[in-house]
Amino acid sequence: MKLTIEEVEHIAALARLELTEDEKQRYAEQLSDILDYAARLDELATDQIPPTASVLDMQLRLREDQSRPGLSQEEVLRNAADTQDKQFKVPPVFGGQE
Amino acid sequence: MTDLTQLTVRDSLAGLRAGDFSSVELTRALLQRIDSLDPEIHAFLTLTPDSALAAAQAADDLRASRPADLPPLTGLPLAVKDVLCLKGVRTTCGSKILENFIPPFTATAVQRLVDAGVVPLGKTNTDEFAMGSSTENSAYGTSRNPWDISRVPGGSSGGSAAAVAARMTPAAFGTDTGGSVRQPCSFCGTTGIKPTYGRTSRYGLVAYGSSLDTVGMIARNVADVATLFQYMAGFDPLDATSVQLPVPDYTLPETDSLKGLRIGVPEEYFIEGIQPEVEKRVRSAIAQMEAQGATAVPIHLPHTEYALPVYYLIAPAEASANLARYDGIRFGPRLGEGEDLWHMFTETRGRLFGPEVKRRIMLGTYALSAGYYDAYYGKAQKVRTLIKRDFDLAFEEVDVIAAPVAPTTAFKFGQHTDDPLAMYLEDVFTLPANLAGVPGLAFPVGPDSKGMPVGMQLMGPHFCEDLLFQVGHAYQLATQWHERWPEVTNQA
Repeated sequence: MKLTIEEVEHIAALARLELTEDEKQRYAEQLSDILDYAARLDELATDQIPPTASVLDMQLRLREDQSRPGLSQEEVLRNAADTQDKQFKVPPVFGGQE
Repeated sequence: MTDLTQLTVRDSLAGLRAGDFSSVELTRALLQRIDSLDPEIHAFLTLTPDSALAAAQAADDLRASRPADLPPLTGLPLAVKDVLCLKGVRTTCGSKILENFIPPFTATAVQRLVDAGVVPLGKTNTDEFAMGSSTENSAYGTSRNPWDISRVPGGSSGGSAAAVAARMTPAAFGTDTGGSVRQPCSFCGTTGIKPTYGRTSRYGLVAYGSSLDTVGMIARNVADVATLFQYMAGFDPLDATSVQLPVPDYTLPETDSLKGLRIGVPEEYFIEGIQPEVEKRVRSAIAQMEAQGATAVPIHLPHTEYALPVYYLIAPAEASANLARYDGIRFGPRLGEGEDLWHMFTETRGRLFGPEVKRRIMLGTYALSAGYYDAYYGKAQKVRTLIKRDFDLAFEEVDVIAAPVAPTTAFKFGQHTDDPLAMYLEDVFTLPANLAGVPGLAFPVGPDSKGMPVGMQLMGPHFCEDLLFQVGHAYQLATQWHERWPEVTNQA
């Protein structure tokens, strides 16, 4: 199979990645090659095989619902590109694409 | 006086205990060697000489003030792969998108060794977000193989393996999602453990493939790795997939007898295309183990060839979800904020992630997208079950499985950079252990004709790291390959 440039653009939008025209070309080819390679999995009949999401046979663990100390607000904000009034600051949510 | 940089972990600890040298002297000797050699090797992304010397001084003071109940690793210097958080020290993951990230906490596996007394020297180079097999995907330049600086050190823990091989540190943390501890160990002639999934905490390890990620250790021999692993391993309430099992005593019996051990030799790991000298070295290591009393048994892991496509669907799928958090808001630089939120997201991510990371995010996003989920991700999860069953069945017959770590010894820079699939094929023998969750121990078994190290891996049943250590240690008691070290000189 061969991914089209439109498909690559769609995937890039889902992944929130701005790609150059050159990157779109390259990824169309490389992803197609990798997916072709992955198609060899179809050689195996797996209708009766359960999927493995985790290799460990374990139960989900719950903890007591008790408050406990965490990071300070200052520590949480320290790595942010922009903050204001002890909050993360972001550009306008509306007005662009989608 | 002994050159302190040449000491193993166990000899360093013994010397510190005996008062032959101080932690400050040991730390200073290693920092000087790093200063002199790292311009050539580029194993480190961030060095922390001031805090290292302060920690070493504190260790020496503690030893002087209460020698009776010292933490077991007091004053031992060690390096940390730059995908593991160390509080207050820049953690980049080899990526521009975390160029200035200073974590407010320390990864549990690292914290446990810090609590046991180690002195962190700095953070080692890695392929960006641990995605790669050569360190060529690091945004901060590649590391070089101390055996031949025109060759890659392997990856993604290439900085850690190169630092240990060049004797810039007695040991270093690595992480292994698809072979990232074992393959650089093979390329650099070091010894390293990829633990059972869930044996070491993933808390504070920057996530790549969450169902595959493990935190491991790289050193010069099995006994050193086991000594450190003793204190890293174990349950952590902060990691939901950490396993509540007691950690056994990893103290190794000083015997080279392997009497009664059944070693499985999987035919599927000796395939066409493997470098003949790799096969020869691994087979002679197995023969050596037979001479020590073990029995080699030919076995089959019939789904081995499918591990590569399964891994390159599952790991990118998990990565595409994990890396969604890099959005320019909570950490990292921000681009494109002149317009709106959408452009900030796409420009920050599009320009600050490197080519391999974007390739895997794209691949994973596609494999998870509507209409393709069952055909790719769902299918891969089912075949993963078959790969795991191969191991379950094999371990009914044999105690451990012996195989090459990689099909070749270290390759030259640029050899695979234009062909992602060729690079992925480097991982063909390491991926199955991650998909099955089983532990793997890699160690050197002799050089190829160019003098480059060949690595062998032992794989065992879940949570049987102790058995792997015993077998590897018995082999190293009977052989000297792990004592072969490169002569590194600063030619820069």
